[in-house]
Amino acid sequence: MPEGYLPIFVFMVVALLFPVVAIVAAKLVRPSSPFATKLEAYECGIKAASSSRGRYTVRFYIVAILFVIFDVETIFLYPWAVRYQSLGWFGVAEVTVFLVILVVGYVWAYKKGALQWV
Amino acid sequence: MDMLQAILAHPWFTPLLLTALIIGLFPLVAGYIVLVERKVLADMQVRLGPMRVGPHGLLQPIADALKLLLKEDIIPEESDKALFWFAPVISTFTALSAFCVIPFASGVYVADVNVGLLVISAMSSVGILGIVLGGWASNSHYSLLGALRSAAQLVSYEVALALALLSGVMAAGTLSMAGIVRAQQERHIWFIFDNYGLMLIPFVVYVISAVAETNRAPFDLPEAESELVAGFHTEYSGFRWALYFLAEYANIFVVSAVAVTLFLGGWLRPFPNVSWLELPFNYGFPALLFLLIGLGSLRLARKLTWRPHAIGMTGVGLFMILLAGVVLIPPVNAVVSSPFWFLIKVGGFVYLMIWLRGTFPRFRYDQLMNIGWKIMIPVALGAILLNAIVGMLRIS
Repeated sequence: MPEGYLPIFVFMVVALLFPVVAIVAAKLVRPSSPFATKLEAYECGIKAASSSRGRYTVRFYIVAILFVIFDVETIFLYPWAVRYQSLGWFGVAEVTVFLVILVVGYVWAYKKGALQWV
Repeated sequence: MDMLQAILAHPWFTPLLLTALIIGLFPLVAGYIVLVERKVLADMQVRLGPMRVGPHGLLQPIADALKLLLKEDIIPEESDKALFWFAPVISTFTALSAFCVIPFASGVYVADVNVGLLVISAMSSVGILGIVLGGWASNSHYSLLGALRSAAQLVSYEVALALALLSGVMAAGTLSMAGIVRAQQERHIWFIFDNYGLMLIPFVVYVISAVAETNRAPFDLPEAESELVAGFHTEYSGFRWALYFLAEYANIFVVSAVAVTLFLGGWLRPFPNVSWLELPFNYGFPALLFLLIGLGSLRLARKLTWRPHAIGMTGVGLFMILLAGVVLIPPVNAVVSSPFWFLIKVGGFVYLMIWLRGTFPRFRYDQLMNIGWKIMIPVALGAILLNAIVGMLRIS
């Protein structure tokens, strides 16, 4: 039923307009007197020693990759959860197999130290 | 008169009215949640909190909003200007968008689609983008670190959050938000008590993950002021900063509303199928609540020494007593009792989050990630299996 989604679409357009209009409206009333020091990035009053477009720890990547795997698994589980009552024991057994495979991967990642945050 | 009825009966009337109400009123509501938060935290720390603007600080949110509107807005020279401009818009947009599938009462929602819960999950996932882009675009070390932490934290707890919701979906058999509440009404049970109490496990996992997902204390590392200045919004000022805060409080409201809808019976009063309890729960409780707030305000008003404040507080008290009378009128009560129960439950949940902030010290970052990956996710997976098996035993 596509018409059921129309109010959502209208709502989202209004929700997008609200912050845009708010920022533009604020621009009309607020003062603006920038100077060079004021426009520097915050760093205890002195100019930052380096640009922050540098490198950062690889931990964040591992978490991101694990997230992709687990989030996709979750999405696979949702259709089953909706049909859980009509699928009965067959569905529960299938999902148990699915979760066992997932847990094997989880244990492997655990043993490899991917979840260790140091 | 006919035209009025035609407008009221039009299928677009409720969605459009609610759209206007939510977008128009939520900024004010968020302001008052902030005031409640400041007052509750102050009370926990044996201080008074805001007292100057309005009686007992009641006009503080309006003063804050005006101040933020008139503040100079600084965009750092080295930032990515387009992204810097757009990031808070994304945050606010996604946080507000999640409201469109929340059912405030039977039939009172912008839309009831059969993927309601997924819409909310999707919107909260996209919301991360606003924080990450904002932190990256600022081109400041603090902002970047805050944004990275926020992203890592959100993706870690999002899995546990989604897994905790699954148990509720299994019990309801639908993803439609209103459908979930109706399922609880048909089963004569709030899902938190379902499966002989085993649903408490996913509920607790959900609450903890929701606190982490909204970057609230004790999981507020992305904005840890003691180490990162203000985290991802260090460089933001003026109204853009206000938008980030609006998004944060909108997210708090949304996760509370999801918890209430999925586990605590949504707009249903306690024991919705016991008809003789309608009098105490739908009439007695709200009337008594407003009456007590009103009498309490009048008592406080007597102690205020400055006349305008005393008059204002008396006005608030009289208004609350008037409200107590209004909810006793049967036709009014029929309309307001369901949203009242929904909002009072959400309010209780928001209070819980403030309470947590006032009680717990902040986690260390490795503790936070360990809790997410090594405790929350295994527990949530186990809870799904346990609830699946016990639920199936109960049905068959």
